[in-house]
Amino acid sequence: MATAATERLRNYLEAFHRLGIDAASQPAWLRALRDRGFARFCEAGFPTTKNEDWRFTNVNAIAQTPFQLARDARQLGAIYGDTLDACRIPGAACQLVFLNGRFAAELSELGSLPEGVRVESLAQGIAHDGKSLESHLGHYLNIERDAFAALNTAFIEDGAYVYLPRRTVLEAPIYFLFISIPTQHPEMTNPRNLIVAEDATEASIVEDYVSLGSGISFSNVVTELVAGENAVISHYLLEREDRQAFNVSTLRTQQGRSANVSSHSVLLGGGLVRNNVHPVLAGEGGECLINGLFIGNGSQHMDNYMLVEHASPHCSSRQFYNGILDGHSHGVFHGRIIVHKDAQKTDAKQTNRNLLLSDDAQIDTKPQLEIYADDVKCTHGATIGQVEENALFYLRSRGIDEASARSLLLLAFANECLDRMKCLPVREYLQDLVQGWLPGISTPAGDTTADNLEIARRWEEVG
Amino acid sequence: MSLLEIKNLHANIHGNEILKGVDLTINAGEVHSIMGPNGSGKSTLAQVLARRETYTVTQGQVLLNGKDLLAMKPEEAACEGLFMAFQYPVEIPGISNAYFLRAALNAIRKYRGQEELDAMDFLPLLKEKMRLLEMDDRFLNRPVNEGFSGGEKKRNEIVQMAVLEPRMAILDETDSGLDIDALKIVAKGVNTMRGADRAILVVTHYQRLLDYIIPDYVHVLVDGRIVKSGGKELAFELEEKGYGWTEPASAAAR
Repeated sequence: MATAATERLRNYLEAFHRLGIDAASQPAWLRALRDRGFARFCEAGFPTTKNEDWRFTNVNAIAQTPFQLARDARQLGAIYGDTLDACRIPGAACQLVFLNGRFAAELSELGSLPEGVRVESLAQGIAHDGKSLESHLGHYLNIERDAFAALNTAFIEDGAYVYLPRRTVLEAPIYFLFISIPTQHPEMTNPRNLIVAEDATEASIVEDYVSLGSGISFSNVVTELVAGENAVISHYLLEREDRQAFNVSTLRTQQGRSANVSSHSVLLGGGLVRNNVHPVLAGEGGECLINGLFIGNGSQHMDNYMLVEHASPHCSSRQFYNGILDGHSHGVFHGRIIVHKDAQKTDAKQTNRNLLLSDDAQIDTKPQLEIYADDVKCTHGATIGQVEENALFYLRSRGIDEASARSLLLLAFANECLDRMKCLPVREYLQDLVQGWLPGISTPAGDTTADNLEIARRWEEVG
Repeated sequence: MSLLEIKNLHANIHGNEILKGVDLTINAGEVHSIMGPNGSGKSTLAQVLARRETYTVTQGQVLLNGKDLLAMKPEEAACEGLFMAFQYPVEIPGISNAYFLRAALNAIRKYRGQEELDAMDFLPLLKEKMRLLEMDDRFLNRPVNEGFSGGEKKRNEIVQMAVLEPRMAILDETDSGLDIDALKIVAKGVNTMRGADRAILVVTHYQRLLDYIIPDYVHVLVDGRIVKSGGKELAFELEEKGYGWTEPASAAAR
């Protein structure tokens, strides 16, 4: 057993050494940070379902796959140019494209941004502005409690970097497109993103994960988002990778006094997806909205792990997650709220609603409240159900056929989440995307079933 | 030809027989009212006609414009020109009123081989009908019935009827829970829909609505059968004497 584990770690060890050589120009502080990450990863190993935070998600398929660091695929960019245009969200202030985790300048559009705003690749940021990055990168993420976070840290190489000087207001969203190009050999990328929003800034930032082609890939993402006093920042995560892809994403936000941060997640693709959202309300009067939609089918597994830390008084947090699960898919919502001793007048609310469209779809939903202050308001609720017959009859009685009525009700359920998104171009793009996505779900047609079996079979091979 | 022809209709829910042989014929251009005490089967009749699947029809026949209504799905009945205003309209969060109604109208138009309407053509139509029911434009983009007051929900039902222009409209206790102002607005909306090509069936517990929507015929439903039929004066008689007055007739019918 120990040998097998060592064998598996050897892959990562080799990759770590190789990166050490390839990225020899990285500054000492970054190398030290990466060393700490790797040491922690080796020590912890991948979590098992005995770990309470991973109770509903078995990551064996990740642990047992010998991933290589993804090759530099930037020369392929030109070939995929047209395909790429189809996935870009229109109306963005700037678009940065990453191929296999590396910034692809020739596919990106930097647009014109206000004076002092930096939107660039992390590698560029480190080269140009190492000092300010050093004071933020890795300062918020807890690598002790999460091996994936440690693994990402060990392999920091590139990703997106945003710096918004005080009082910057950006109306159009900043858009990051991360593309995996799978090959026969399983590859992993560890995109590392840093968003520093100074006091009184306003912006929307989108991270979009897609695959070009089909195959096994592993995106292990970490985003650290620091929001200063009175900053109003919206973060959007869109996961639509191939059904064989593994995706573990961690968003760690640090909110200053009266900062207002929203995290919106839309999970559509990926085979095994873990979405960690971890805001810390560190200043008084902060607000956070954690809003998500996950739509699973086939053998997809989508785990949403929320950890909301109220560390200061008078903060409010709202969690709303809606899940739609069909086929053999498995959804998880784990909503943990920690109210620290001094966080009086905390107002925390959590709602998770789920629709199960097939007998084999499964949802595990778990609230977890840990309250150490005595004057707080915390509520939570979860529902699991099917499409409501009453509503279905209502629509049908107005002339809408049963299949369309079902889709419409699913869309309505999805819209509850999408309607909370304030950034119009992003919301409209996602509404169209989800509307196009839903008909593939809840149709018991033969084709879909065959697809599902095919995927299930490939999964066997992976496992 | 009659628009709606119900012959010896029997229906049950979970084995309880509710309709025990209903006969009723409605011609185009007529407004009929069915009145009756609680539990007499009024709402069941409306729901069976709208093709709610929770009810089982055990006997009888219903023709809508000469076609077998009982063989139709709810959406087919709607496309064939049947409309029921719900007693308890359903809330659908996440879908706007305008989106929902356009989807409904286009489904019906498509069925009839008419061109579908885009949002630009549809909105003025919807706004016009909403004005008729004195509903503010903000209801356009609000989710269907969500957070509407009782009166707003009922008015919204009539807006839907006005947009979909059914040939056979059934109002299932549309007056219940309405104050007099809302009642007048609803009645005005319904009255503008009266026409030679259309028939309306008003199902109600109270005579009050019939002060504003004056029916051509009134039928009294007791224990799953129509026990008395007459002109509008029958409604006033019922108001005065109560439903107890009809019971000897009911007993005689057995």
